[in-house]
Amino acid sequence: MKISRRDLLKTAGSASVLASASPGLVFAAAPTNKRFVTIILRGGMDALTAVAPYADPNYARLRSFLSLGKPGETNGAIDLNGYFGLDPRLTALAPLYKKGELAILHAATTNYRGRSHFDGQNVLENGTPKPYGVDSGWLNRSLALMNAGEQRIGLSVGHAVPLMMRGKTDVQTWAPSALPKAEGDFLDRLMRVYESDPVFEHALKQAMKSAALSAGVTDGMGKVNARSTSLKIMAEAAGKLLTKSNGPRVAVIESGGWDTHAGQHLLLTNKLKELNEGLEALQQHLGEAWRETVIVVVSEFGRTVAANGTRGTDHGTGGLAFILGGSVKGGQIIGKWPGLDEKHQFQGRDLAPVNDYRSLFKTVLHEHLGLDEGKIEDAIFPDSRTAQMFSGLIRKV
Amino acid sequence: MISKDAFIAANRFGLGPLPLELGVIGKNPRGWLKRQISVEQKTPSLLQNLPKVSEIMQTYVRNRQMGNRGQNRGQGNRQSGGGQGSGGGRRSGNSFRQQQGQNYVDSVYSRTLNMIQTPAPFAEHMVKFWSNHFTVSNASRKIVGPIAVAYETDTIRPHIFGNFEDMLIAVAQHPTMLIYLDNHISMGEKSQMALNPRGGDGRARARGLNENLAREILELHTLGVNGGYTQTDVREFAKIITGWSFGGRGGGPEGPNGFRFKRWFHEPGPKTLLGRTYDSGTVNDGLDALKFLAHHPSTAKFVATKLVRHFVADDPPAAAIKKIERVFTESKGNLAKVSAALIDLEEAWQSPFSKTKTPYELVLSTYRALDIGEPDKRGILQTLSELQQFPFKASSPAGWPDVAKEWLNPETLMRRIEWTRALAAKLPRSVKPEELFADTIGAVASKQTKFWVKAAPSAEEAIALILASPEFQRR
Repeated sequence: MKISRRDLLKTAGSASVLASASPGLVFAAAPTNKRFVTIILRGGMDALTAVAPYADPNYARLRSFLSLGKPGETNGAIDLNGYFGLDPRLTALAPLYKKGELAILHAATTNYRGRSHFDGQNVLENGTPKPYGVDSGWLNRSLALMNAGEQRIGLSVGHAVPLMMRGKTDVQTWAPSALPKAEGDFLDRLMRVYESDPVFEHALKQAMKSAALSAGVTDGMGKVNARSTSLKIMAEAAGKLLTKSNGPRVAVIESGGWDTHAGQHLLLTNKLKELNEGLEALQQHLGEAWRETVIVVVSEFGRTVAANGTRGTDHGTGGLAFILGGSVKGGQIIGKWPGLDEKHQFQGRDLAPVNDYRSLFKTVLHEHLGLDEGKIEDAIFPDSRTAQMFSGLIRKV
Repeated sequence: MISKDAFIAANRFGLGPLPLELGVIGKNPRGWLKRQISVEQKTPSLLQNLPKVSEIMQTYVRNRQMGNRGQNRGQGNRQSGGGQGSGGGRRSGNSFRQQQGQNYVDSVYSRTLNMIQTPAPFAEHMVKFWSNHFTVSNASRKIVGPIAVAYETDTIRPHIFGNFEDMLIAVAQHPTMLIYLDNHISMGEKSQMALNPRGGDGRARARGLNENLAREILELHTLGVNGGYTQTDVREFAKIITGWSFGGRGGGPEGPNGFRFKRWFHEPGPKTLLGRTYDSGTVNDGLDALKFLAHHPSTAKFVATKLVRHFVADDPPAAAIKKIERVFTESKGNLAKVSAALIDLEEAWQSPFSKTKTPYELVLSTYRALDIGEPDKRGILQTLSELQQFPFKASSPAGWPDVAKEWLNPETLMRRIEWTRALAAKLPRSVKPEELFADTIGAVASKQTKFWVKAAPSAEEAIALILASPEFQRR
């Protein structure tokens, strides 16, 4: 007979038991060893900077001073397939593409066609075709289909739980902190106080459970610089927690500051460096588990094809996704490509969104995590049948 | 006997009671609130000696002239080999940033201390609300820090009980907002400046539109995202406010807070926003457009919804929104009347705990309740960072979220508890749990809270339990 933490909590009637639970307890077997990490870049990453269609005949003209040189030139693009090239600042990504562990979905977004960050992010995260269509996230709804038993299979890293990971299924949380921990008996008494308020009670229970699950794994992390919300710290914590044998398997991390209306080049130098460091930390700390990992990096929308008047770009539509990890059949650009010229632009200004993020997410949920296709259509991405899955993206072990 | 209504007045509308303040609020909580509504808003003494926007901008402009190009002049790839920005310029930029960083810390502290000590917490609460509605942020270090507080003092404070229209115009013309949302460098594609760029240094100059401020005024400050505008309206409005900038020479006369309409940045020709055409080619086009937006029905609805969400419940009741919307419309955006109408909303007095304090509200109300003098500057600012709400650091122009589910999640709750617990351990013995309890949550505490506070093994734990209790964490 296995003893779950929940049973233990019920019997003991005291929350502090959680914090001191013996690591020797027997847990339910992990429902999967596959890992899936989503990184949300908030603000609208400029996809045409990250992955440049340098061989498009209109590229240099339309992107003017934002355009990269040809591969081989100073500050030239790093060639991917003779047509697309990576921005040379994305140092972490070029070797992965070569190694076949990075694929790119360009000219993609959700079905949202407005240009509001907030509505765009909401659609990206809630998984329905409408802003505020539902108040849970598609990633959280996916967890419910994974039969994880007592295991907290979801992980949210950072102080806020992104909408994508909010919902009925409880998830593990982690955030850096420099504050001293509160004593167990104080938390016990506080839990009694919280009996009058289910919202506080639930949040504290979740926090204590997460603290217990992270104990010994992320100890001391973030103490030095708790105010830093850098992707690197988050990625390191996520990597470490995801490798635990009974740890989480599906994680979300967010990164802000990608809204580059002015002076974009310099802003992106900093942001792309942060992204490199985050992805490198994630790979490093995933260790062996990298082989079974798919990481998807997305942003709510892309930006205008042409620069605006202030050396930046305004809100656009088509963006891109990086898909990386040991379980990705990389070295390929997937999906369709609309071309850059004016007649193929969306509303005469944006990269046309000819690919749908939901196609990508559905592919990962079905082929990587093994979720049932029908259930994905019904419960996770309703009204998304037009967004068809990609074949040949996930490596079958 | 302290009433539930006094608790609501002090917490929901105020910033948490000072010691014995609940007794002062007494039997007339609505009167206590309404007495704070005064059209004359004087700058609080703590904020009077902070650097003025004109001083900060002069230093900023001088600094740029000395060679530091700042962040708004990113270099394009193709030009990046040119070695611009001399070492000297960079160094002066750093010391400029350091100096302004210190000013920033001082000004944010003064702003916070004023809110802790104020005898008019409803008025200060309104400052905080509108400042968040019209967010400026240096989260991405786009604006130099101290002008955020100067911005609030210049544009928000004078108008919290004045007219929405005046606040909107003051905001849209302030250098801080113009920099934050990039309008100071936006110019019409057919403007004189774009057609005849000055400067012979070979540097490619920016010469075109930036739609950032125009979009966010429509989406976040006035109509709301579903308020009925299109992408074309965004572009047209952006053209209408081309030339809205600050500093520089010539052009129109300098306006309030250093605003200047630079007509050689302005896009010539007629522009159509929401069906109305603007063609004077002067600053008046933008002013007229803002006035039109301020009185648009979508704005009344959007602003009413945000106010009711803030003062009644995360899920704002439709009937209450309707009432505020009507007052906003009928009074032409008179915020004294709108504020009084909020106080008169029955819905606001029904449940004392429907809102959860933001971290900033929690810190303010804690220090207000404790009566331990001025908090340590470094300490309180560090706390605000650790609790993820350092003033003027919201991650987007939408400002800080105003619903509990964005704040009350496991990690942030644990940080609140940890801070509370650590603070209680450091308090002087003069803070007595019985008094703190009576001065804050006594009138509304649950039986569990009462029991466990009483049963706490030490005074400091009792204090920590009071401050961490749901009754104290909510408003």
